[in-house]
Amino acid sequence: MTETDVLTRKDILKEERMQRDSTRIFGFWVYLMTDCVLFAGLFAVYAVLHNNTFGGPSAKSLFSLHLVLTETLILLTSSFICGLGIVAAHHHNKRLTIVAFLLTMMLGLAFVGLEFGDFYHLASIGDSWRRSAFLSAYFTLVGTHGLHICVGLLWMAVMMFRLLKGKLTQSNIRRLTMLGLFWHFLDVVWIFIFTIVYLMGAVRA
Amino acid sequence: MKGFGVNLLGKLHLSSIQTKDLTTLGAAISILMGGLLVVILLSYTHRWKWLWREWLTTVDPKRLGVMYIIVAVLMLIRGGMDALMMRAQQATSVGSSHGVLSSSTFQQVFSAHGTIMIFFAAMGLMFGLFNLMIPLLIGTRDVAFPFLNATSFWLFCAGMVLVNMSLGIGEFSAAGWLAYPPLSELKYSPGVGVDYWIWSLQIAGIGSLMSGINFLVTILRKRCKGMTLMRMPMFVWSSLGASVLIIFAFPILTVTLFLLYLDRTLGMHFFTAGGGGNAMMYVNLIWAWGHPEVYILILPAFGVFSEVVATFSRKRLFGYRSMVWAIWAIVLLSFTVWLHHFFTMGAGADVNGFFGIMTMVIAVPTGVKVFNWLFTMYRGRIKFASPMLWFMGFIVLFTIGGVAGVVMAIPPADFQIHNSLFLVAHFHTMIVSGVLFGYFAGITYWFPKVFGFRLNEKLGKYAFYCWTIGFVLAFVPLYILGLMGATRRLDHYSSSLGWRPLFIVAGIGAVIIALGVVIQLIQLVYSILNRHEYRDVTGDPWNGRTLEWSVPSPAPSYNFAVLPEVRSRDPFWESKKAKVIHVPKKYIDVSMPKNTSSGIVIAVFALMFGFAAVWHIWILAAIGLLGLIIAIIYRLSDDNTEFILSAEKLARQDRVSDLAKEYVR
Repeated sequence: MTETDVLTRKDILKEERMQRDSTRIFGFWVYLMTDCVLFAGLFAVYAVLHNNTFGGPSAKSLFSLHLVLTETLILLTSSFICGLGIVAAHHHNKRLTIVAFLLTMMLGLAFVGLEFGDFYHLASIGDSWRRSAFLSAYFTLVGTHGLHICVGLLWMAVMMFRLLKGKLTQSNIRRLTMLGLFWHFLDVVWIFIFTIVYLMGAVRA
Repeated sequence: MKGFGVNLLGKLHLSSIQTKDLTTLGAAISILMGGLLVVILLSYTHRWKWLWREWLTTVDPKRLGVMYIIVAVLMLIRGGMDALMMRAQQATSVGSSHGVLSSSTFQQVFSAHGTIMIFFAAMGLMFGLFNLMIPLLIGTRDVAFPFLNATSFWLFCAGMVLVNMSLGIGEFSAAGWLAYPPLSELKYSPGVGVDYWIWSLQIAGIGSLMSGINFLVTILRKRCKGMTLMRMPMFVWSSLGASVLIIFAFPILTVTLFLLYLDRTLGMHFFTAGGGGNAMMYVNLIWAWGHPEVYILILPAFGVFSEVVATFSRKRLFGYRSMVWAIWAIVLLSFTVWLHHFFTMGAGADVNGFFGIMTMVIAVPTGVKVFNWLFTMYRGRIKFASPMLWFMGFIVLFTIGGVAGVVMAIPPADFQIHNSLFLVAHFHTMIVSGVLFGYFAGITYWFPKVFGFRLNEKLGKYAFYCWTIGFVLAFVPLYILGLMGATRRLDHYSSSLGWRPLFIVAGIGAVIIALGVVIQLIQLVYSILNRHEYRDVTGDPWNGRTLEWSVPSPAPSYNFAVLPEVRSRDPFWESKKAKVIHVPKKYIDVSMPKNTSSGIVIAVFALMFGFAAVWHIWILAAIGLLGLIIAIIYRLSDDNTEFILSAEKLARQDRVSDLAKEYVR
C-alpha cells in the first residue's frame, strides 16, 4: 500500500465525519421543531383555558411582573453568555468555554429557583394546579418550560464534566453547539410565555 | 387501612392479577405460553447469545425492520382475535341472549382492538418497511441516526409490552381507542385501564416521533450522488411526506396524553367536567394528531403501490410530478380536516362547512393518484403477481371506501351516520384495503431482497382472495347496518330490529379473513422450508426498476459495496436497458455503527417507568427515570461507536456475490 493511499483513506473518513456532524446538527434542528409543536400545543391549551378561572384567581390578580421581569432578564443574560461560550468553543478556547457555560448554569439555576419559589408560593396560598383549568394550564405550560431548562442544566453539567476531564474535541464542540441551540430555543419559548401568559395577563381587564 | 406495603406498591395488589374474566385470562395465558415456548426453544438450540448479538443489539435498519414486522404481525393477530370476539359478540348478543362476552370485557376488547391495530400493527408494518427499504432505495448504507433508530424500535416494543401486560395485570382501557373525556377521566374510569392506554401510547409515540425525525433527515441528507429529489422513488417521496406529518402531528399526541394523565393523577382540570375544564378541547387535540395519523399510515402504502404498479406493468410510473404534488397536497390538507370527526360537536354551520369542504378537497389529490396508477397500468405488460393482486384489490375497495368518506364529509349527512357502523365500515375500508393491503404488497414485493428467497406465490394469491372476499362480506353488511341505524360499539340489540342476519354475514366474513391470515402464516412457513427452491440468485426477481434490485439478495449489511451514482429515475431499469458494462469499482473504507445494547436498556427503563406510572408505584418510577437518564448519558458520552469496514474486505465480499450472479447467467 502506498502512502498516498493511506492519506486518501484518512481524508475520506474525515470528510465523512464532518458530513455526519452537520447531519446531526440538522437532525437536532428538526427535533427542536417538534419541541416547538409541543409548546404550540400547550400554548393553544392555555389560550383556550385562560379565562376558565372557575371562581379562582385570574392571571391579573396572581402574577407579579417584577418577578417575571427578573426571570426574563436572567434567562436572556444566560442565553447571551451561552452564545459567547459557543464562540469560545469554536475558537478552541477551552477555559473561556468552561467559564461561560458555568456562568450560564448559575443563571439557569437562579431562574429555576425563582420559578420553583413562585410555584411553591402559589401552591401554598391555595392556588395550585387543582384550583381551576386556568391554573392547570398555567402550571403545565410554564412547568414544561422549566423542566426543559432543568434538562438543559443537566446537559451542561455533563458537558462541563467532559470538558474538565478531556479535550475540546470536534465531537464536544458539536455537542456544545446543539446545547447552545437548545438553550436559545428555550429562551425564545420563554419570550412567548412572558408575552402571552404574563404581559397579556396583566393588561387584560 | 393503608399499610406501608400498600403504599410501596401504589395501586397494585395481588388481587390486580387477572383471574375473573375467562377470555382475558385465556389470552394472558396463551401469550405467556407462547413466550415460554420461545424461551425453551432458544435455550434448547443455544441461541441466546446469537439472539443478543445479532438481533437485540443490532443497529442494522434491515434487521430492525424485520423485528418491527414480526412484532407488528403478532399484534395484527392479537388485534384480529379482538375483532373476531367483537363479531362473535354482535352476532350472538341479541334479544334474550347477552352474547359471549361480558359488557366490560367487550368495551376493553374494542378499545384494545383500535389501539393495537393502529399503533402496533399498522405503525409497526410501516416503520418496518421504512427501515428495510429507505436506505436501499436512496442508495445509502444506513439511516442518519442508527442508534436512535434502534431506540425507537425498542420503545415501540416497550409500548407493545405494556398494552399486553394489561391483559394479565389489572385491566385495559374501556373508553374506546381514543379515550374521550369525561369518560376517560378518573371519575368515570377509576381503574388503571386508561393509564395503561396513556403510557403504552406515550412510550411508543415518542419512539415514532424519533423515527419520523430520523427518516426525514435520512432522506434529505443521505441520498446517493445524482439522486435529486425529483429522481427519488415514489415510496421515498411518500415516506418523506409521512415523516413530515409525524414530526408535526406526534408532538400533539404527546401533549394530549400528558394532559390527560395530569388530569387523572394530579387532579388538574384540562378536560374534566368541573373545574373549568373543556372536554371538547381533548377531542380537537387528539384529532389534530389523529387525522394526520391516518395519512401517515396511508402515504407509505401509496408509495408501495406506486413501486409495485410500475414494476409489474413494466412501465415507468405515469405522472411522476403530479404524484409528488399530490403527496404534498395531502400532507398540507391533512391538517385542515380534523373537525370532520365531530361535526356533531355544535361548532356551527360556518366551521362545519369549512371542514366539510376541505374534506372533499383532500379527496382530489388522492383521486389524482388513483388515476395515475390506472394510467400506469394502461397499455402496460401487466404481470399478475401477488403484490399486483393486492394493488388491484386496493384500487377497487379503496375507491368505494373513499366515496363513502366523501358522503360523510357532508355535515348534514354526517349528523345521520355519525358514530354509526357506516363510519366503522368506511374507515376499515380505508385502513384495511388501503394501509394493510399496501403493506402486504410491500412485504411480498421486498421479501426476497431481505431474506434472499421469494414467498410462495400460489399461497399468497389464496391469501389475497380470502382477504378480499372476507373483507367484502365483513364490511358491506356494516355499511347497510349503519344506514339502518346501528351504532358502533354496540354490545346488545333488540331482535325486533332484524339486524342479526347481517351481523352473522359480517361474522362469516371475519372468519374468512382469519383464514386468509392462516394461509399467510402457512405461506411463510412453507416458503422458509422450501427456501432453496425459491432462492433469488440474481438479486432482481421481479425485473425491478429501482436501486435496491441492483445489490445481491439478501442485501449485505452495508447495502452497497460501492455507493451508486444515478442519472435518472428508475436508475436500475435504465442501466439494464442501456446494457451498461460493469465499470471497474473503486472500493473505499467505510465506517459503520457498532452494535449496542443501549437501545434495549433505555426501553427497559422506559417500560419500568411506564408500568410504575400506571400503578402509581412512585419509587419504581423514580428508579426507571433515573435509569433512563443514566443510560442516555452513558450512551451519548461514548465516542467510540463506529468501526471501519476495510476496502479490501468489501471488495472480497462483493466479488463473491458478483461471481454468484455470473454463475447464474
